Amino acid sequence: MPLRLDIVTPERLAFSDEVDEVICPGIEGQLGILPHHAPLLTQLGVGELRVKRGGTEESFAIFGGFLQVRPDKVVVMAETADLAAEIDLETAEEARREAQRALEAGYVETADLAAARAALQRALLHIQIARRHREGPRHRG
Amino acid sequence: MASQREIRRRIGAVRNIRQITRAMQFVAASKLRRAQEATLAARPYSDTLEEVLADLASVLTEEEHPLLARRSGGRRCIVLLTTDRGLAGSLNTNAIRFALREIVEHGDDITVITVGRKGRDAMRRARVSLEASFNGFGDRPRFADVLPLARLITDDYLAGTYGRIDLVYSVFVTTLTQRPRLGQLLPIRPAPDTAGIPGRQFIFEPSPGVVLSQLLPRYVATRLYQAVLEGTASEQSARMVAMKNATENAEELIEDLTLTYNKVRQANITREMIEIATGARAL
Repeated sequence: MPLRLDIVTPERLAFSDEVDEVICPGIEGQLGILPHHAPLLTQLGVGELRVKRGGTEESFAIFGGFLQVRPDKVVVMAETADLAAEIDLETAEEARREAQRALEAGYVETADLAAARAALQRALLHIQIARRHREGPRHRG
Repeated sequence: MASQREIRRRIGAVRNIRQITRAMQFVAASKLRRAQEATLAARPYSDTLEEVLADLASVLTEEEHPLLARRSGGRRCIVLLTTDRGLAGSLNTNAIRFALREIVEHGDDITVITVGRKGRDAMRRARVSLEASFNGFGDRPRFADVLPLARLITDDYLAGTYGRIDLVYSVFVTTLTQRPRLGQLLPIRPAPDTAGIPGRQFIFEPSPGVVLSQLLPRYVATRLYQAVLEGTASEQSARMVAMKNATENAEELIEDLTLTYNKVRQANITREMIEIATGARAL
């Protein structure tokens, strides 16, 4: 029985389809979800969310949020979810430089500091996932 | 009667106005389309969050989290969403009047936070105490834009500054109708558990308390974001209709002025001919 997966972000529906398995960065480590998983509500960490269907695998850069497993579907409510294949390495590098500049310039407001740190973290994540994706899909257990 | 030249000048001026209002009408129409798309695109997330809260309804007791706790008494806060720019018909006036009525009815114990210049100016004129004012979020509001405001009100609520926080915004009913509406933001009132599964059956990671303390502020921000998107669509459609009416009025005015112009011209010609005829007879 396939697993219904929805990935939503505040601004759009990023993914909605039937899949075989979801592997996502839970707050307490990697989390693999197969059909008939028990109802679960967990916070998500930062990292790569992998979706397996058929023989193929897709991956998203996930930046915090929640995951809910219901009997009928799995829902990922992410802050941002970017498909690895669509991440532009150049743009991500630029974002990283931008964030680093902002951090080095020194911020007074804590909110700005947190925003700059988050931007940096996000850019690094994008770079990492885009690189891995470019090297071709790896076959992991 | 005005001179020919003067009327011609007025026709020219009205034509220029018509050109501007027509351009604004088309700009608003295309921005409206974008705003509607953004509202639709954001819906799956807010629906999902709503669903999750409904699933958890049985767990969401008032003791579970302070954002759910109803408080007796305490000051009320109204978050008023308006636009930065005018020329949007009666959109802002309606929302502002709606908010003011609420304020008058419930006495002095209300503080207001405004979003958008129009709301801020109106509240200042009405001498209502303003807690904070934000600039509008522009034509393409991002989720990150509403986060500072969401954080401010959740923090204030948690600190016990307010007993209740409401939101007044313009609901996009149709292109022709936008209606001001009041919605309660805090304390959160989750929808009753409909279908789904009882919340007790969920495994929470790391723990119910931690998950709720992350999930509930998020829910507040999402409600706010939905209202902001709704407001943007309302603004564009109100402006589109207002500018369409303005363009039509300008056209009518041009017609009237052209008629007057022709009458004056005809009168002048007739007068000149009479003068010539009289002159010729006098010879």
